[in-house]
Amino acid sequence: MPYIPHTPEDVQSMLDAIGVARIEDLFDEIPAHLKAGALEKLPDGLTEMEVTALMAARARQDESAVCFIGAGAYEHHIPAAVWEIATRGEYYTAYTPYQAEASQGTLQTIYEYQSMIAHLTGMDVSNASVYDGASGLSEAVLMALRANRKSKASRVLMPAAVHPLYRRATRDIVTNQGVTIEEVPFCNERGITLLESLAPYAGEDYAALVIAQPNFFGCLEDVDALTDWAHANNMLVIAVVNPTSLALLKPPGEWGSGGVDIVVGEGQPLGVPLSSGGPYFGFMCCKQQHVRQMPGRIIGRTVDMDGKPGFALTLQAREQHIRRSKATSNICTNQGLAMTAATIYMSLLGADGLASVAGHCHANTNLLADKLCAIKGVKRRFSSATFHEVVIELPQSANLTLKALAAKNILGGYSLAPAYGFDNAMLVCATEVRTQDEIEQYAAALAEVLA
Amino acid sequence: MSNIPAELRYAKSHEWVRLEHDGTAYVGISEHAQDAMGDLVYVELPEVGQTVAVADETGVVESVKAASDIYAPVSGEIIAVNEALNDTPELVNQDCYGDGWLYQIKLADKADLDGLLSAEDYAAQLEEDA
Repeated sequence: MPYIPHTPEDVQSMLDAIGVARIEDLFDEIPAHLKAGALEKLPDGLTEMEVTALMAARARQDESAVCFIGAGAYEHHIPAAVWEIATRGEYYTAYTPYQAEASQGTLQTIYEYQSMIAHLTGMDVSNASVYDGASGLSEAVLMALRANRKSKASRVLMPAAVHPLYRRATRDIVTNQGVTIEEVPFCNERGITLLESLAPYAGEDYAALVIAQPNFFGCLEDVDALTDWAHANNMLVIAVVNPTSLALLKPPGEWGSGGVDIVVGEGQPLGVPLSSGGPYFGFMCCKQQHVRQMPGRIIGRTVDMDGKPGFALTLQAREQHIRRSKATSNICTNQGLAMTAATIYMSLLGADGLASVAGHCHANTNLLADKLCAIKGVKRRFSSATFHEVVIELPQSANLTLKALAAKNILGGYSLAPAYGFDNAMLVCATEVRTQDEIEQYAAALAEVLA
Repeated sequence: MSNIPAELRYAKSHEWVRLEHDGTAYVGISEHAQDAMGDLVYVELPEVGQTVAVADETGVVESVKAASDIYAPVSGEIIAVNEALNDTPELVNQDCYGDGWLYQIKLADKADLDGLLSAEDYAAQLEEDA
């Protein structure tokens, strides 16, 4: 596609045609206090050579340390074929193509992705992906408010054990739409959301209960009891899940007696590198009965006039290009490239491969926790069973400890001081890529730091 | 020329109202509206028992190419919805003034009907919009 810039004369003739003096006048309706103004903190431009040197230096910082941080983004082995295939010209696109039906290969890829994710979560339908896990949760909250027609109050129950950044992103997106997020405390000893903490909300009007499995602390919630409680109280259930864990744990479609209503999560563990925080992708699934309230693209399989199989965008009448301001979402797209990588990753691993990854993560993290807890004064913070992350309590400040470990080239974990005020607690993770040697080196380094 | 039964009242947003003797009002969409939408694939109906005011959103009709809100042409309580549309939304295309009705309202105030268009006025509006 040629890039054709507008000359000043082009711009002027367009402005003349619509009777506007300056381009800025087109933005008059935005109140002045909402405008960002000049970007004063941006540094001057750099040459290509300078940028390359800067990026190489930054990349070296990432490469040298051994990572034991999870907290929402996980370092997994990605088979070389994944990105070799994903970056082929035929696949290398960020979005669904604008002339969607002319790109049958892309649509089939999305269809295969949807089928795999729906199978993994045990749900009826998946969309073509959303921006990331956190924006997926905010979309799920808004969707639940539309889908739960019994509920009149715009309120949702959100356990404090849900990822703090997901809670913040959701709050940022929904509160200006008049939605109240009620936070439910977790058990200080077990690290999970107890039914007794929900008891005060029984019989009250809430559109949905969010359940994270595993929750932010890596702990496994009693998802069956929580799901049944919510349904008994006329609430929908939104599950926030880790896709790797689903190879071992019960899929949300089977939680409780009826299964959950909406499932979202961060797709990064499925073949997307950490790459300093993004781009990632979010997945989103639901029960068939809620599909018309699900935002985003959905690809369907159909037949053409000659009866030959083909793929088409389906249920798009409520998307923003058709329904404008009344669309199910106006901040929603699919993450084409990351989703393509995930589809290839899942195809290459298969169900057994993914279960093997999940099993190794679980075993490695347990080994790490045992080694760390053998050090005097170090113990597990919570008593609940965990998947591949554990909260470790230290005899001193977690922030200072992590700093000392970083000096030894070990990214030791995620401090729980800022989000939870647990000054001495950190969240650690050892995926399948961490070796026994690395785990032992970490334990030795921590013993030194604490000595 | 679109079929516009003379005995019905019409809203500018293309809903029709038929008042029964017991004060119940049937609500649907006009032939012009169903024709403009094309083949309907889904109809979202209001909740029975819900109280609505004139111009409140009371559901959505959805075709493969568009989804449009249905607005209450009169105020009152929704006392029945056309459950048949859940499985056969095409009834609206086939028989929009009969089997394709959307819901019934127990009219709160008969004066609301005066705010609606007669068949003649509605035909004139369609003429103007065309």
